[in-house]
Amino acid sequence: MKYLGYVLEHLRKDLRLEWRSRDSINGMLFFVLLMVVVFSIAFDPAGYPTVTRQISGGILWVGLLFASMTALNQSWTREQRNQVLEAQRMAPSPASALFVGKALANMIFVLVVEAVLAPVFIIFFNLHVLGDPWLLALILPLGTWAIVVNGTFFAALGLRARNRELLLPLILLPLSLPAVLMMVQATTGVLTAELDPIYLQSWIKQLAGYDVIYTTVCILLFETVLNAE
Amino acid sequence: MAAAPAPIRVEAPATLAASLDSVSKVYGAFAALRNVSTGFLAGSCTVLLGENGAGKSTLLRVVAGLITPTRGQASLFGGFPQQHRHRVAYMSHATMLYDELTAMENLAYFANLHRGEGCACVGSPEMALRAVGLDPTLTRPVGQYSQGMRQRASLARVLQTDPELLLLDEPFSNLDVRSAGQLVDLLADFRTWPVPGGGVRTIVLTTHQASLAEPLADRTLVMRQGQIAEDSTGKQG
Repeated sequence: MKYLGYVLEHLRKDLRLEWRSRDSINGMLFFVLLMVVVFSIAFDPAGYPTVTRQISGGILWVGLLFASMTALNQSWTREQRNQVLEAQRMAPSPASALFVGKALANMIFVLVVEAVLAPVFIIFFNLHVLGDPWLLALILPLGTWAIVVNGTFFAALGLRARNRELLLPLILLPLSLPAVLMMVQATTGVLTAELDPIYLQSWIKQLAGYDVIYTTVCILLFETVLNAE
Repeated sequence: MAAAPAPIRVEAPATLAASLDSVSKVYGAFAALRNVSTGFLAGSCTVLLGENGAGKSTLLRVVAGLITPTRGQASLFGGFPQQHRHRVAYMSHATMLYDELTAMENLAYFANLHRGEGCACVGSPEMALRAVGLDPTLTRPVGQYSQGMRQRASLARVLQTDPELLLLDEPFSNLDVRSAGQLVDLLADFRTWPVPGGGVRTIVLTTHQASLAEPLADRTLVMRQGQIAEDSTGKQG
């Protein structure tokens, strides 16, 4: 079986597990929806539409970042239950395929949450996109992958730690800061149409570059992390 | 006329499926294994006995390549354990299966992870489940199985990978006497299964129920405080 076949096998398994338990998606969805409601009450979007447009990109991404952390820890906890991870380690399939499969599954879960969140967010924040909305179709997956690929990797790194729920945000948040900056700038640029298209392109390209670099590093280092004691 | 000299018999050296050379494993201040040196002959069945915390499971995990010794070296088929993962299967006292999936789904998933270049021939999940006495058409997830059924599903997971070296940690726990007897028969049968490309089947198992494993045992090792305290050869003597 080729590498892609192993990745798809892990992905299928994770999707099936989530379909049966719905732990990750439910947790993320409730968290992020509550956050949207709380922020919409706190900032009065109807009264200050321009300010709301300027800050809504930040609120969206910070909310998704925090929400995804609940799912990322959960995704590896499943592997630890009944010592399944040891069976994974004994399997001759490449370890990085497990990582890529899980990162793709987490990406799908977060995208599902984003799909549900988007209309709610638009309604609660009274948003009118002034820039090219199709660019969001590029920024959202790129930003989501940046969160998910690092999150999946560092959640695996903290697997054997006693305070892994605390460890993940402590490592992930500082490392995600450059990506968060790029996502927020690009999203705000599209929402407000105040950003020069050249700068907007630059943020999107930097975000894509961030994704490529971190994905490569995570894939290369995953086997070491998986077998660490 | 002088009698012709008797022909010299040269016996091929017995090959080791796994060996440990002065292996120690230390967790903080606790030494789980202390300077253990032993080998497991290919084709043999070795039973590891000992009290809780004697180091039996740690020894199995070192052989499986799941943990690295603090000192000393473990080798599998003459190489590093990690190089021969496709020839080894390890069953822990946990099920190593996903509770949310059915036994068939679990087995099919792990079977697919064992397929590929250089990997051992993989038996079918259905056959493995039938061999351990489970119905492959069961639609209940493994999490709803009884302890004994989970144990059998776990055994099916390792048997389907057609391993040359089978490492079993407490395989008789949670099984009633009849099921344990059936498991012994199954393991005895497993040793006779032909290995693709030649070779023989080796079993190393840990248990507290020495009497159950007795029919299988070619060799019995008793462990105490991380060391091999007794080493006795059984029926092959």
